Amino acid sequence: MSDAQPMQGLNVKEYRTINRVEGPLVFVTKTHPIGYNEIVKIRLASGEMRLGQVLDTATDSVVVQVFEGTSGIDNQATARFLGDVIRLKVSKDMLGRVLNGRGDPIDGGPAIIPEDELDITGASINPYSRGPPRDFIQTGISTIDVMNTLVRGQKLPIFSGSGLPHNDIALQIARQAKVLSASENFAVVFAAMGITYEESKKFMTNFEETGAIERVVAFLNLANDPAVERLITPRMALTAAEYLAFKHDMHVLVILTDMTNYCESLRQIASAREEIPGRRGYPGYMYTDLATLYERAGMIKGKKGSVTQIPILTMVGDDITHPIPDLTGYITEGQVVLSRELHRKGVFPPVDVLPSLSRLMNQGIGKEKTREDHKQVSDQLYAAYAEGRDLRGLVAIVGEESLSPADRKLLAFAEAFEKQFVRQTSQENRAITDSLELSWKLLSALPEEGLTRISKDFRAKYLKKQGA
Amino acid sequence: MGVRMTGTIYRVAGPVVMIEKLQAKMFDVVRVGREKLIGEVIQISPAYHTVQVYEDTSGIRPGEPVENTGQPLTVELGPGLLKSIYDGIQRPLPDLQKEMGDFIARGAFPQRLDKTKKWAFKPLVKKGDAVREGQVIGVVQETKTVQHKVMVPPGLSGTIQDIKTGQFTVVDTVATLDNGRKIHMMQEWPIRIPRRVGKRMVPDAPLITGQRVLDALFPIAKGGTAAAPGPFGAGKTVIQQQLAKWADTDVVVYIGCGERGNEMTEVLTEFPELKDPKTGNPLMERTVLIANTSNMPVAAREASIYTGITIAEYYRDMGYHIALMADSTSRWAEAMREISSRLEEMPGEEGYPAYLSTRLAEFYERAGRVISLGGDEGSISIIGAVSPPGGDLSEPVTQATLRVVKTFWSLDAKLAQRRHFPSINWLNSYSLYTETLAGWYAQHVAPEWADVVGRAMAILQEEEKLQEIVQLVGSDALPDKEKLTLETARMIREFFLQQNAYHDVDTYSDLGKSFLMLKTILGFHTQAVQKLATGTPVGAILATKARNGIADAKFEKDHVKVLEKAGREMQQELEKL
Repeated sequence: MSDAQPMQGLNVKEYRTINRVEGPLVFVTKTHPIGYNEIVKIRLASGEMRLGQVLDTATDSVVVQVFEGTSGIDNQATARFLGDVIRLKVSKDMLGRVLNGRGDPIDGGPAIIPEDELDITGASINPYSRGPPRDFIQTGISTIDVMNTLVRGQKLPIFSGSGLPHNDIALQIARQAKVLSASENFAVVFAAMGITYEESKKFMTNFEETGAIERVVAFLNLANDPAVERLITPRMALTAAEYLAFKHDMHVLVILTDMTNYCESLRQIASAREEIPGRRGYPGYMYTDLATLYERAGMIKGKKGSVTQIPILTMVGDDITHPIPDLTGYITEGQVVLSRELHRKGVFPPVDVLPSLSRLMNQGIGKEKTREDHKQVSDQLYAAYAEGRDLRGLVAIVGEESLSPADRKLLAFAEAFEKQFVRQTSQENRAITDSLELSWKLLSALPEEGLTRISKDFRAKYLKKQGA
Repeated sequence: MGVRMTGTIYRVAGPVVMIEKLQAKMFDVVRVGREKLIGEVIQISPAYHTVQVYEDTSGIRPGEPVENTGQPLTVELGPGLLKSIYDGIQRPLPDLQKEMGDFIARGAFPQRLDKTKKWAFKPLVKKGDAVREGQVIGVVQETKTVQHKVMVPPGLSGTIQDIKTGQFTVVDTVATLDNGRKIHMMQEWPIRIPRRVGKRMVPDAPLITGQRVLDALFPIAKGGTAAAPGPFGAGKTVIQQQLAKWADTDVVVYIGCGERGNEMTEVLTEFPELKDPKTGNPLMERTVLIANTSNMPVAAREASIYTGITIAEYYRDMGYHIALMADSTSRWAEAMREISSRLEEMPGEEGYPAYLSTRLAEFYERAGRVISLGGDEGSISIIGAVSPPGGDLSEPVTQATLRVVKTFWSLDAKLAQRRHFPSINWLNSYSLYTETLAGWYAQHVAPEWADVVGRAMAILQEEEKLQEIVQLVGSDALPDKEKLTLETARMIREFFLQQNAYHDVDTYSDLGKSFLMLKTILGFHTQAVQKLATGTPVGAILATKARNGIADAKFEKDHVKVLEKAGREMQQELEKL
């Protein structure tokens, strides 16, 4: 992170030469050299100030994107170029505060006295400096803990659909997440992008009720806040998270919701700039842009803190191949996919385990971390449930009578799996050993020779217990 | 050094910078702005030169100076490459960390090869010997595993006038030619130009990967090319890493091109611990890593593929067999697209530049089996991961790749979801090397190799057809023989094709083991078919248990004993019926 201080007065230039306004973009003619990504303050005739950033700079003109929208801007407005990039004032006192999408307090409290001012673009962590993420986080949700394990430093998004209870799941994770055997220095950074007041209220009330608010920094850009501001909100949040993690040794859980709104804003800017659109009108650089957010998760060798991300996105039309979930899945280390079908059946949390995945799972589980049989049990649950689900399709055509006894058992297993293993209440905090025992209980209903994913030793050790 | 020429920045838009009053050739490396960011000239017009910058351009202003180095983007080649981890333009990441901490800042350009470390140089030629370009004149033990061969640099030849023995740095003179030209251990080569070879040859031996589904069904040749397209979560990266770990090559170049930072960390923590099955030394001793993660500058991502292949070519020229993994070529193509769109070039399909397929073909064509200029046989095998959006294989990058590669490993999300790994779809994948390599397998593994593999494939294809019927009428309606086929197919899938990359023993399966496993499974099938013909009901045959012993063999070091026992017991069981 470069820490060149802005030189006020020397670098500040003010122009009254706005000659074109187009959507969120303002074109300014100027004479002094202006830096790329430089921060701009636009003062309207009414005296109102707006924040912007330089997107394109040439010798005689610049293009500025205005975060708070361009309504009311005319050629009488002035543009002040501050000679610096956008920075967030950070301090440990941010914990417990509510800020807007630009990082200014909106909770009526005093201004934050900064310990540092950091460039929100963030630099990429040197891959060589990264520490391997391998601390198991127990979320108390069986489908995540047993089958899609979350580890510290991971980025594990929730792929949801409109109307599904993704917020409840995120809250449950934030409430219950703990690392076995570790003393806690835990914080939550919450970034809301374009969600409704009601949704944000739900988060905030929940944080207050559980007392967690003391350890939360919230950045709120609500549905009626400027869309372009959403482009900086997650960067503000991640800057705060990195600061708390790597300066103050905290384990930070970042919840970003809703990434779909972020991408919509990205598309809006791209089309205003008349860029060549990629798939579904989203810009061709969306992968790189999303990566600059998601990659800001991880651990650093020799530092105690960590940044773990849970981005939430609603899949447009429940389509997992839509560019937003698609590109996200290529960057994040897995995904937790919610299913409308399970939700309709009344199963909470409606996690569809089959398309869900945690890529860092194998590093975080096993002997001395969770339990020796964890990996094999998980594989077996996957295989058996997948077969059971396939059989449902078959039953619809040929009827249950024509199934072999073994197949009927698989069918019953899939049903029991959804009702007992997937389903739990939003207040239920299952320990990993309880979740594993539950898995064995369900698996014991299947013929033993069908459990090919589990070694003989583990079957002898854990399966017998069920019979006893 | 060439004459330095300077210009002035005219316009900055992301990684693309326009410069006026500059004298430069295409692909010259320039240093941009007061912070001297590294860039490369990619377009020349009457008024401006357009430069892609390899670092973040925030704060860079029009009017700042630009310096031309007059050189294209090169890599430094010499002892010290192995065990290194570089970014896309060969900056050593450990040195970047030393210089600027845990986050990558900009403007730093550390030494690419260590110029102070001394290496023990042993000459192989003597005074008066005539030498030519590419000839090996001496050796250095670079790591425990690899002996580095010092070659006469490109463009030089003559008679050795003086050659030294002892400890030298890569820039010390180790030999002098009669025409006065000095030879150091280090040489430079522009990354976008393939290194010259003596003669190109057709691949004739397999690259043994220790992965049963690859070695048996879809082999890649040493010097061949393979592509592994698949949606996210299908296991591309695990396949790439398995190959990097177990492929029987001398040197591995692993390019993490626009992928996850935590995955590179995994490689970095695992490779120094894992042992190379051939030598018993840590895998890192034979590996060069190039890590340009998705959030690192996009222009350097574009360059990373070329940096990697040039390093691979350098070791190939020493007479080594190289496996190059590129994960993922789609990110590389996207980098091209991003830069192309900033240049406002007319887009081709889905916004990709029209030259996408040419670039991909040129890259894969740098693979191959060759006789080097020095007369040694070496090869580069390229394994490229492809990440098609939405898993749709009809998209331009996958299609352009499939036109050039000879082996296609189709990764399947459905298989991955039920935890069938490696999730390579046996019906869609293909290898055009199967026939070329049949002779090799017959000679080195077993004469009936091709026959056994062919029969297994036939059963798997039969299963696909039968599954369609089962979907309609249920498995009970099938005739006995078909029921048996389904069972054998299941055994092939679950016992043979599935392989656990995270199990100590199962992670690597040598050809002998693979062959014996497949043969035992098919042995069951043959015997069971015979038994069926004598009137034994299929239910009784399927109720036998001994065949499950084959699955246990996967996890046993002494697999021969387990397989033989399973084979014997299977036979006894069937005979008793």
